[in-house]
Amino acid sequence: MTALLDPPSAPSAPEPTPQIDDVPRSIDPGLPPSDRIFFGVSRVIGFSVFIIMAAIGLFLGFQSIPTFKRYGFSFLTESAWQPDKDVVGISAVLVGTFTVALVAMSIAFPLALATSLYISEYAPAKFKSFLVSMVDLMAAVPSIVWGLWGFFLIQPKAIHLAHWLHTHLGWVPFFHVDTDPEASPWAQTRYAASAFIAGIAVSMMVLPMAAAVMRQVFSQAPVGEREAALGLGATRWGMIRSVVLPFGRGGIIGGTMLSLGRALGETIAVVLIVSPAFDIKFRPLEIGTSTISQLIAGRFGEATSSQLAALLTAGFVLFIITLIINTLAAMIVARSRSGAQE
Amino acid sequence: MSELIDRPDSTLNVPSMPPVVVEVTTPADIAAYPIVDAGATISSALPTETVEYAPAALGQYNHSAEDPYATTELPVIGYAPSQLAPSPPVVTEFLTDSGQAAMIPAPRVSYQDEPSTTATSSVIDTPRIINAKTQDEILSFWGSLVGSFGLIWVVYTQLLPFTGRVGFVILWWIAFMLMYAGITAMGNPRTVVADRVAAAGVRSGAFIVFTALTTAILFTFLRGRDALVHMNFYVDDMAGVRPTDGLDHGGIGHAIVGSMIEIGIAVLFALPLGVGTAIFMNEVGGKSARLVRTVVDAMTALPSIVAGLFIYTVLIVTFGLQRSGFAAACAIFVMILPIIARASDVVLRVMPGGLREASLALGASKWQTVRKVVIPTVRPGLATALILGIARGVGETSPVLLTSGATTFYHFNPFDGPMNSLPLFVFTSVRSGQTLAISRGFGAAAVLLALVLLLFVVTRLLARTKVGNR
Repeated sequence: MTALLDPPSAPSAPEPTPQIDDVPRSIDPGLPPSDRIFFGVSRVIGFSVFIIMAAIGLFLGFQSIPTFKRYGFSFLTESAWQPDKDVVGISAVLVGTFTVALVAMSIAFPLALATSLYISEYAPAKFKSFLVSMVDLMAAVPSIVWGLWGFFLIQPKAIHLAHWLHTHLGWVPFFHVDTDPEASPWAQTRYAASAFIAGIAVSMMVLPMAAAVMRQVFSQAPVGEREAALGLGATRWGMIRSVVLPFGRGGIIGGTMLSLGRALGETIAVVLIVSPAFDIKFRPLEIGTSTISQLIAGRFGEATSSQLAALLTAGFVLFIITLIINTLAAMIVARSRSGAQE
Repeated sequence: MSELIDRPDSTLNVPSMPPVVVEVTTPADIAAYPIVDAGATISSALPTETVEYAPAALGQYNHSAEDPYATTELPVIGYAPSQLAPSPPVVTEFLTDSGQAAMIPAPRVSYQDEPSTTATSSVIDTPRIINAKTQDEILSFWGSLVGSFGLIWVVYTQLLPFTGRVGFVILWWIAFMLMYAGITAMGNPRTVVADRVAAAGVRSGAFIVFTALTTAILFTFLRGRDALVHMNFYVDDMAGVRPTDGLDHGGIGHAIVGSMIEIGIAVLFALPLGVGTAIFMNEVGGKSARLVRTVVDAMTALPSIVAGLFIYTVLIVTFGLQRSGFAAACAIFVMILPIIARASDVVLRVMPGGLREASLALGASKWQTVRKVVIPTVRPGLATALILGIARGVGETSPVLLTSGATTFYHFNPFDGPMNSLPLFVFTSVRSGQTLAISRGFGAAAVLLALVLLLFVVTRLLARTKVGNR
C-alpha cells in the first residue's frame, strides 16, 4: 500500500536519485484466468456466428455471379422463367412480389396503426398487457395457419369483395380484372387465387411486427407533453395528433418498413393461395401472380444446377431488397426522437 | 419551490395524512388563509415571487429531474395570499363535470381578489371524473349505430341489388362513421367531431385485428375438430393409410415426432450460439462486437425460403446428403439463429447497467459478473427470446419444405432419409385437395397451433417474473 502512495513523488523529484530500481507496480492486475477463458470463449462464439452468417451472405452473392454473367441485365428485365429455352428473368416475379407486398401493407399499415394507438392510448389500463400479449401471440401464429385462414375462410368472401370492387371501380386500372363483371353468373374463378387474397393473408402475418414497434414508440411519448396538450384543452385525438404521432413518426415508418421486408419474403401463404402466372401485371384482383419465394418453392425440385443458381440469384435479389429495407427501417427508428430501442 | 413548501416524504400520495404546511414568504400572513381539509386532492398553483405553477395540477406525473415531488398528489393545499406580489393568476379549479364540454378539458383561470371565503369554496370542489362518458356521447354513438344499420338494411337489401354480408358490413361501417360525425357536428365544435371519429376509427381497426386473430385460431380448431376427436390421430402414423380411409385410421404422430427432433437439433445449436453471441456483443464489446451485431442484424432480413434454399444447395446438392431431418434442422437453425441472437441482445441491452457496475465495483471479475449477476437477472427475458424463436422455427414451413422431404411413417433417425414435420404435413395434405386429407391437415394445424399457444403461455408465465422482459 505504501508503495502505491509513494511513487508519484519519485519521478517528479527535481534531483534524480541515483538508484531507482523500485519500479511502481502496475495497478492493473490484469485479467484473472476465468475472465481470459470467458473472453476467449465468447469471442470464439461471436466470430463463429459471424462466419456462419457472413458465409451465407457471401455464398448467395458468389452463386449469383455466374447467373448475372450469363444473362446479364436481362435477368432483371426478362419476365419469363423458362429454363428449358434458356430464358430466365425475374421482372414478372419482382412485380408480383411487390404487388402482394403492396396489398399486404395497405391493409396492414392502417390496421397496425389503429391497433397500436388503441393499445397505447384508448384501451383501459387493465387490458393493456393482455392486448400486448395478443399482438405477440399473433406474431407467433405459424404462417401456415394464416395461409389456411386466407385460403379457406377469407377467399370465398374476398372473391365477392373483389367482384364488387371490379364492378364499381373497374375503370381504375388497378382494380381491373380481365372478365366481364356483369356476366350473369360472373366468373368467380377469375377473382380467386389472386394477389389480393394472398395479400390479405400476408398482411395478418406482418401486422403484429409493425404494431409492436409502433406501440412501443407511442408508449414512450413524453408524459409531460401529453399532459401539456391536454391541459391546453386538446381532445384526446388532438393530443395524439400533436404529441404522440409526431413523436412516434420514426417508429411508424420504421415498423412499417420492417414488416414490408417480412411481407416481401413470405412464402407459404402465397404458395397456398395464388396460382402461378408469369406475366407483368398490376391487377391484384385477378387470378394468378408470382412472387420470388413462390418461384423458389415451386421450382427448386426439378432444377438443374444452373437453374438452381438462377433460383439462388433470385433469392439473393430478394435478400438484398429486404436487407436494404430493414437497414433503412433500423436507421429511421434509430434516428427518430424516440431513440434506438428496436 | 422547494423552500416555499414543506412536503415531507411520508405524506406523499397518502390522502389521510396530516395537512401539509404551506409556508409563504411572509409568514405573518399565514393565519389569514384557510387550510383546506385533508383528503381533497385538488390541484392548485402556488404563487411565488416569480409567477410559477406547481406542475402537480392533475395528479400523477412522471418524475422529472427538476422537481422530485412532481409525481406526488398533493393531499392538501394551502391557499396562497393574493396580496403577495402583483396578484398572480391562480388556477383554482379544473373543469367540473358539465355535459359535452367535458371533451375539452380546459383549466378555468380566475383572478383572486379576496382570498378568504370565495377562494375556499371554489377549491373544495369535487374533482371531475376525467374518463366519464357524457350522455351526448353515448346517445350519439348508439343512435348512429342503430340508425346506420337501419338505413343500410333498407338501401342494401331492399332498394339496391346488392347481396353478401361482407359488403353489408363495410357499407354499414361507412354509414355509421358518416352519421356519427354528422350527429356529433350538430352540437359540438369541429375538434370534438374529429376526436370522436378518430376514436371510432381506431377502435374499429383494433377490433378488426383482434377479430382476425380470434377467427384464425377458432377456425383452425373448428375445421380440425373432426380429426382431433380421434385418439389415433395423435399417436398413429400415415403408413398404409389409403386416401379414402376414414379419420379413425392413421394420424400425425410421425409429424409431431419429426417436428420435435428437427426443432430440438436446431435449438441445441442455436441457443448456445445465439445467447453466446448476445453476451459477446454486450459484455465483451469492442469494435469486432459491432461488426458481429451488424451482420446478425442483416441476417434477420434473410427470408426463410432463402435459408431453406441455401441449405438445400449446400448440403443436398453440393455435399450429396439425403433430404433428412438433419438438413431441415440446419435450415431452421440458420433461420432462428439471428432471431434468437437479436432478441437476446435486446434483452441484455435493456438490463440496468447499475447492477453490472455494482458487481464489478465489488471486485468481481467479468465472468463472475456475467454468471452471478447478468444471467440470473435476464434469465426470464432470455427464456422469452428463446421460446419465441422456437415458436417461429416450429411453425415455419418454407425451410422444411425444401430440405426435409416427406414420409408417412415414424422415423427417428434425423441423419438418414426424409422426415416429416407438422407444417409440412399440413401443407402437403391441404394441397392434395381431398376432403379427408384437408381435415387431417387442419387437425395437424390445430396441433401445431396448440403447441405454439402452449409455448406462448409458458413464455408469459416466465416473463411475469419481471426484469429484462423486452
